[in-house]
Amino acid sequence: MNSKRTKGFLAFANIFLSLDVICCIIPLILLVVSSFTDNTALIRNGYQFFPEKFSLDAYKYLFKSGGVIMRAYGMSFVVTGLGLAVSLTVTTMLAYAISRPGIPGKRFLTFYVFFTMLFNGGLVPTYMMYTGTFHIKNTIWALLIPNLLVRAYYIMLMRSYFQTSLPEEILEAASIDGASEFQTFYKVSIPMSKPIIATVALFTMILYWNDWQNGLYYITTKTELFTIQNLLNRMIQEIQYLSSNVTVGQSTDLSTLPSTSVRMAIAVIGILPIAIIYPFIQNNFAKGITLGAVKG
Amino acid sequence: MTKGKKKSKVRRYLPFYLMALPGLAYLFINNYLPMGGLIIAFKNYSARKGIWGSSWAGLKNFKFLFATSDAWTITRNTLGYNIAFIICGTVLSVCIAILLSEVQARAAKLYQSVILLPHLISWVIISYLVFAFLSAESGFINNAILKALGKEGISWYSEAKYWPVIIVIVYLWQSTGYTSITYYASVVGFDRGYYEAAELEGAGPWQKIRYITLPLLRPTIITMVMLSIGRIFYSDFGLFYQVPMNSGSIYSTTNVIDTYVYRGLLQQGNIGMSAAAGLYQSVVGFIIVMLANAVTRKIDKDSAFI
Repeated sequence: MNSKRTKGFLAFANIFLSLDVICCIIPLILLVVSSFTDNTALIRNGYQFFPEKFSLDAYKYLFKSGGVIMRAYGMSFVVTGLGLAVSLTVTTMLAYAISRPGIPGKRFLTFYVFFTMLFNGGLVPTYMMYTGTFHIKNTIWALLIPNLLVRAYYIMLMRSYFQTSLPEEILEAASIDGASEFQTFYKVSIPMSKPIIATVALFTMILYWNDWQNGLYYITTKTELFTIQNLLNRMIQEIQYLSSNVTVGQSTDLSTLPSTSVRMAIAVIGILPIAIIYPFIQNNFAKGITLGAVKG
Repeated sequence: MTKGKKKSKVRRYLPFYLMALPGLAYLFINNYLPMGGLIIAFKNYSARKGIWGSSWAGLKNFKFLFATSDAWTITRNTLGYNIAFIICGTVLSVCIAILLSEVQARAAKLYQSVILLPHLISWVIISYLVFAFLSAESGFINNAILKALGKEGISWYSEAKYWPVIIVIVYLWQSTGYTSITYYASVVGFDRGYYEAAELEGAGPWQKIRYITLPLLRPTIITMVMLSIGRIFYSDFGLFYQVPMNSGSIYSTTNVIDTYVYRGLLQQGNIGMSAAAGLYQSVVGFIIVMLANAVTRKIDKDSAFI
C-alpha cells in the first residue's frame, strides 16, 4: 500500500521534472534546427522544429565569408581569456589578504569590499567616469574593465573558503621554513584552494563570455572590437530598427544583414564553447551555486 | 606597543597589503568613485564642464522626473515584476528541488544538468530564442500554433498587454534551474532519520513533504526570499532591454528603472532625468537592502548578512 503510493509519487515527480527539462531545452532545439534550415524555407514557413528543407548554407557562409563574424568570435576568446586571467589573480590575492587572521584593518577592508554589494553609483556616473576621465570608449579596456574585473561577491566567497579550509598550522609551518608570504600564498595556499578557485574561475569565465553590456555602452564606433555577443546584439538592433522604420527606399538595407539562418548559426556558435565545456564543469557549477547560499 | 614592535608588525603584514592593493584600487575606481559621481543628479550637466564644473540645479531634475508618468511606470514595473518573480520563482524552484530530491540520484543529476543550461546563455542569445517564438512574420507561435488554431497572428513586439506574462515566463525559464539547485542542496542535506521515522509511522510521500521537508526548508526559503526582496529595486537589464528588443511601443509594461536610466543616458541624451532616476534607485535600493537585512535578522539572526 505504502509502496504503491510511493511509486505513484515517483512517477509524478519524474513526469513533472521531464516536462521541466523539455521546457528548458525546446527553445535551444528550435535555435539549432533553424540554423540548419534552408533560408528560403525559413522565410516561407517561419521557425520550425521539423523544417521543410535542411541546409548547411549558414555554416558554410560563416566559415567562408564570415570574416567579421570570425573576428568577433576571436575577440570573445581574447577578452574572456585576458579577463579571466587578470580577474582571477586580483580577486584571489585580495580575498586571501583579507582572510588572514590578525591583519590590521581586517574589519575595515572586509567592509570596504562588502559595501560595494549594498550601494553603488549606477550607470550614469560610472559611464561618465569611464568615458570622461579614463577615455576607455572604443578601446579593448572597455570590454575588460568596467564592472566585471573584481566582484565583491566572489571575493567574499573565496575569503570564507580561505578562512575555513586553510589550516593555519600548515601556513605557519611554511613561514617557519623560511617561505615568504608570497611563496606561501603561491606554493601552499593556492594549491590547497583549487576547488574554490576553479568555481570562481568558471563563473568569471561565463561572465566574460556572455557579457554584452560593456560593448553596448562603450563600443560604439570601433566595431572591429565587437565580441560575438556585441555582434549579435547589433544585428538584432538593426532588424528591430529596420522592421519598425522600413520605407520603400530603405528596404535594400535588409540585404546587407545576414540571413535569418546565418544569424541563428552565429547564436549557435556563440553558445558552442559553453556547451562543449559544460559536461566537464557542471559539477563545479552546481557546487558553486550552492556555495552562494552559504553565508560568507 | 613599542615603536619597534609596530614596525615589525607592518613588515609582517606588508605582503598582504600589497596583495590586496590591486583589488582595493579597482573597487575604489569602479565602485567608490561613481558613488561620488551621483552628485550629478543635482547638477545641470554639461559635457563641456564635466561633473564637477557643471552648475547646481538643486532638485530640478527630480521635480522633472517625478512630474512625468514615467517615474510611476518604471517604479511600478520594477516592483511588480520583482514581486511576481519572487512568488512564482520561489514556488516553482521549491517544487523542483523537492521533486529532485525524491527521484533516483542518477535521474536527479541528469535533470539538474539540463535545467541549469538556460542560466549559462547570454541575454542576447535568449532574445534570439524569444524572437524565434514571437516574431510577427516568422515566429513559431504565430506560424505554427495560432495558424493551426485558425487565429490571426499577433504582433507581439508592439502589444504591451502580453509582456507581463512573457517577461515572467522568460525569467522563470532562465533562473528557476539555478535557484532550485540552492534549495535542492539544502533538501539533500536534511537528516534522513526524520524520514525513516515517518515511514515507520506509515507516512506517504506527500505527508513527508508537508510535515518534514517544507518545515525544514523554511529558513532557506526565508533567506532566499529576503535576499531577493533586498534587490527588489533593481532588475536584470538584459531581461528588460534585450528580450523585448528595446521596442518602444511596449515600454509601458517593459520599462524598468535600469532600462530608463540607460535610455535616458545613451539613447535620448536626457542626462538630468537619467541621473535623477539612477540616484533614486541607488538610495531607495540601499534603504530596502538594509530593511530586508533588519527583518532577516529579526527572523533568523544567522541568515542576516551584516
